[in-house]
Amino acid sequence: MNSPDIITSTKSFLDHLPVLQVLFPFAFAPLCVLFGHRKIALYITISACALAFVISLLLLRQVLIVGVVSYELGGWPPPVGIEYRVDFLNAFLLVLVSGMAFLTSIYLIGTMHAEIEEDKQTLFLTCFLLCISGLLGVLITGDAFNLFVFLEISSLSTYVMVAQGANKDKRALTAAFDYLVMGTIGATFFVIGIGFLYAATGTLNMYDIAERIREDLPNRTIQVAFAFILVGLGLKGALFPLHTWLPKAYSFSPTPTAVFLASTATKVAIYAIIRFLFSVFHSHPSMLESVLINIVMPLGILAMFAAGGIAFYQRDLKRMLAFSSVSQIGYILLGVSFMSTIGLTAAVVHLFNHGISKALLFVCTGIIFLSFGSSFYKNIKGLGRRMPWTSAAFLIGGLSLIGIPGTAGFISKWLLVQAAIEQGSWLIVAAILISSLIAILYVWQVTEIMYFAKSPSTETKEYLGPSSFLIVWILAFSTVFFGLNTSFTVEYSSKAANLLMNNFTMEK
Amino acid sequence: MIGDTLSQVGTLLATHSIYWLFIILMMTGFYIVVSRGNLIKKIIGLNLFQTSVFLFYISIGKVTGGTPPILPMKLKVDDFSVYSNPLPHVLILTAIVVGVATTALGLSLIIRIRESYGTIEESDLLEINRKIFSRENVQDLQQGDLFKDE
Repeated sequence: MNSPDIITSTKSFLDHLPVLQVLFPFAFAPLCVLFGHRKIALYITISACALAFVISLLLLRQVLIVGVVSYELGGWPPPVGIEYRVDFLNAFLLVLVSGMAFLTSIYLIGTMHAEIEEDKQTLFLTCFLLCISGLLGVLITGDAFNLFVFLEISSLSTYVMVAQGANKDKRALTAAFDYLVMGTIGATFFVIGIGFLYAATGTLNMYDIAERIREDLPNRTIQVAFAFILVGLGLKGALFPLHTWLPKAYSFSPTPTAVFLASTATKVAIYAIIRFLFSVFHSHPSMLESVLINIVMPLGILAMFAAGGIAFYQRDLKRMLAFSSVSQIGYILLGVSFMSTIGLTAAVVHLFNHGISKALLFVCTGIIFLSFGSSFYKNIKGLGRRMPWTSAAFLIGGLSLIGIPGTAGFISKWLLVQAAIEQGSWLIVAAILISSLIAILYVWQVTEIMYFAKSPSTETKEYLGPSSFLIVWILAFSTVFFGLNTSFTVEYSSKAANLLMNNFTMEK
Repeated sequence: MIGDTLSQVGTLLATHSIYWLFIILMMTGFYIVVSRGNLIKKIIGLNLFQTSVFLFYISIGKVTGGTPPILPMKLKVDDFSVYSNPLPHVLILTAIVVGVATTALGLSLIIRIRESYGTIEESDLLEINRKIFSRENVQDLQQGDLFKDE
């Protein structure tokens, strides 16, 4: 990669894909402001998201052919310059994030005018595009400090997007403020960690850091760096006891924000955790092992139970879904903490599958919210008759949360159980199954209210424009499709997991 | 034994004084964020917290005996002088921008909060939010069982 003839040779469009991936949403964001009109801004947003999605698919194809795509920003070879590096793991997640961004942008066609004040719509779309480019940047970059900058680009725009819920419920403002404080503390912890790593190694390129800390014996600086990075990213990714910002931020933000955040933002933070664990700190396996088994695994299991239990006691769809997100993040971290190929595959597949199912659930909740003005359980009585399409789609999403065979959620839970069996820990297998029972409880409660409670009126009242209808059923269809056909998700995830575990077993 | 530890701490204080300064400043900021109820004070604490990290970065760029990393005339690198590391400064320039953006956004959120709630004290805000929440739940209770006919 470092040979000079590659740098000097003229590059085709395809060689610049990694940078274009981030650049399209980023460059289109100011265009929204420049044109100023909200309709034009919406079309700009949709085209930027579509372009990003196409590029992510092209990148995935390239990764399949070449293995690892490395891009030198400005022609400076790494480790001096910033490197964008795409392998199976982030190529797969780039498809998820840009795909979800595209679907959310189409969902915005039918719902933006009802959710966001008219004079703020253009700026909302600008923040949305900035958020997308930040998340894509976190996924694609190979430079630790660059990752921090992208993380903050996405987080800052997220705070704004959450606060836009204030025209419906003023609690969105305090939710956004809490998120800002927690998010900034998380980001600052992360930066301290990077600082320690830089002090220890003198480099910021993640793969170079991994090389340089290889020879070192367990070193206090590196251990401290690891702790700070894990806590910082844990705050961003809503690791269980650090999750308190999430339910508020999801339940008071406008639903398009909730759809996009629930399916991508925490997933990207967890990607960063996985990346640091298995691509940077893999040369200190004993440290990783002790942290993963003693801290991450118990917290993951605790999240599955505690957040699931709290979800059962909610009386609002949005809050219920938010707490269920925290519990699903527990499953992902459990998969990571097994430190086995199959566990990691389960984690990556669940990142993808849960992203799709949660987006579906939030889209349905958004439609319910717009039809009835709120998403309280008391307002959704007998919804099965009043809003047949939305309720049916919601049910599919709910089944996927539980992990019923035939839905996407089943695949990831099945892999997770397999990973637990492989470790021989039957207690964890029992924990996964029992926590799925809790998921049955909170999903069944909603289903019962929707389908078996008498509704005050029987008129059908479905706030469902053609674009929302399209999104609901694309998501519902893909939830079922990825539950039946696993060739795409499992194949890529296991390739990604193999690659990460190769690093790891080499060290052992 | 205790004397040994004390002298170790003493040398650590003497040789790594800048790190102690950074830790103290960082913890001061963090403590303000956690303990103060006034949202503006929280933002100030957050700022202090971030700034301490900037100082830490800049301090690790210093090379003992190093001069500022400015090339002398004719852009020729002087082989005899030791330069400090300029990279942390560049990084922190970016981090300062992020910090400014965070502060600006935090303050503007505070203005919006003041407009809608009439207060920026966290305890009052929590009280108001709790009231809204319990009102929602009371409506729920008045309707009784979710499955009762209306």
